[in-house]
Amino acid sequence: MDEPTAPPDPSAKPPAATGTVYRHRLATRIWHWINAIAIFIMIGSGIGILNAHPRLYWGQYGANFDHAWLDLRPYGNILRSGWLTIPAGYNLAISRRWHLLFALVLAFGLLVFMIASLINRHFQRDLRVRAREIGPRYLWADLLAHLRFDFHNPDDPAAYNTLQKLAYVGAIFVLIPLMIFTGLAMSPGMDAAWPWLIELFGGRQSARSIHFIAASGIVLFVIVHLTLVVLAGPIEEIWSMITGRWTLPTAPPEPPPAAHAEPEAAE
Amino acid sequence: MTLLTRRSLVTGGALGAGLLLSGCDKLAQQPGFRRILFSGEKINMGLQRALMDRNALAPEFRPDQMSPVFRTNGNSNPNTTDYNRHVAENFANWRLEVGGLVDRPLRLSLPDIGAFPQRAQITRHDCVEGWSAIGKWQGPMLGNVLKAAGVRNSARYIVFTCADLWSGAPYYESIDMVDAFHPQTILAWAMNDKRVSVGHGAPIRLRVERHLGYKNAKYVMRIDAVASLAGIGLGKGGYWEDHVNYDWYAGI
Repeated sequence: MDEPTAPPDPSAKPPAATGTVYRHRLATRIWHWINAIAIFIMIGSGIGILNAHPRLYWGQYGANFDHAWLDLRPYGNILRSGWLTIPAGYNLAISRRWHLLFALVLAFGLLVFMIASLINRHFQRDLRVRAREIGPRYLWADLLAHLRFDFHNPDDPAAYNTLQKLAYVGAIFVLIPLMIFTGLAMSPGMDAAWPWLIELFGGRQSARSIHFIAASGIVLFVIVHLTLVVLAGPIEEIWSMITGRWTLPTAPPEPPPAAHAEPEAAE
Repeated sequence: MTLLTRRSLVTGGALGAGLLLSGCDKLAQQPGFRRILFSGEKINMGLQRALMDRNALAPEFRPDQMSPVFRTNGNSNPNTTDYNRHVAENFANWRLEVGGLVDRPLRLSLPDIGAFPQRAQITRHDCVEGWSAIGKWQGPMLGNVLKAAGVRNSARYIVFTCADLWSGAPYYESIDMVDAFHPQTILAWAMNDKRVSVGHGAPIRLRVERHLGYKNAKYVMRIDAVASLAGIGLGKGGYWEDHVNYDWYAGI
């Protein structure tokens, strides 16, 4: 049934330890699903808004006669596809209604999740990246393990591996906050309330460009995330994000004791 | 997990995403959900007003930061008989009417408008479409004009009626008293040290700098102080608000 590491590793044997562990706290699960909906709507409505002027600039100003570093008009047919945008047909006003309502869900959702995750120690326990984990040898070993579809440390299967942690930390502490603050910097009202916003990003059009780049990063994150969920066993992964309980993977029962000498433990 | 199941999951996921997207459109057409969707405007307005000092200024820029070309948008020439006559006369016989809930209705010529204390500001114009242009605007503060007209306490909104017709009706916009008395809210007759051109809204363009471009009404002909927006146009406070559901609060 559960063979997340199956394709390259035919040595799968009867499970050494079966059963489930409590992996995802309630705050994590609630935020995950609220955020999944918010991100989905933000991307669809965001593309709808981008279609109103699909050119990106650096600096304080930028319009038709100024130099655009990225001109997406040649891809207009793709960007205006009904399966990509909210609403399906081009409608700037309704795209903005979706975007600016769910921006609140995204921003306040992240804020509450961050506070809850400091209190329940999710950040400190599960997402802290230790210095040795980001050494090149360790990362290389983790990358190789990913290429073998080997995602779990047999000593602590419920722990996130390094690349996974870096992806989550990147999304939670870099990409989503960057989306929120560049989004705020595009608001003429917020620029009056918090003038440091546009200083921070070097101008409203720079903020708009960074907004787009960070959104692309989030799209990439979602693609990789969903791919890995499918590879790791989608039923178990999705179920664990609903109930919190995660079925232990059936790791080969002979983990080498060299795990302590080698930084890469998931041999 | 067999490959077949995986594939069906991926297909199912993509199909689900597609259904979700079309579901969003269905949802947005339900009156109840539409109210929720449209409530974002009020929440954002409330939050911004709470975070913002009443007179917090929009960023102003140096002359060397101005856009080399300030594009036009929307209507670039009202092209009505009356308007064309005013253009031909260089607006010599044009008067700005200030009325509604005021004690002293005004009819102001361009020299009258120029006689008010002037404010010049180099600000960023942000179009709802996403582009920005920086230009210099000059004119009297709307607040001073309203004080000269003796605006009454019962006034809650200021409505701007314009010379350009959209499907037969004049373009209009409205702002509340917070924005009406904001120091950067001016009736600009000069842009980039010249008279405002026809393309940019001659003879008068409203500058309301903490809002998107569509609030900055061009070709302003009449200013009315009102207690309610109901009964004006379709009641939502502006042409775009009435016809395509743009947010009335355009600070975001």
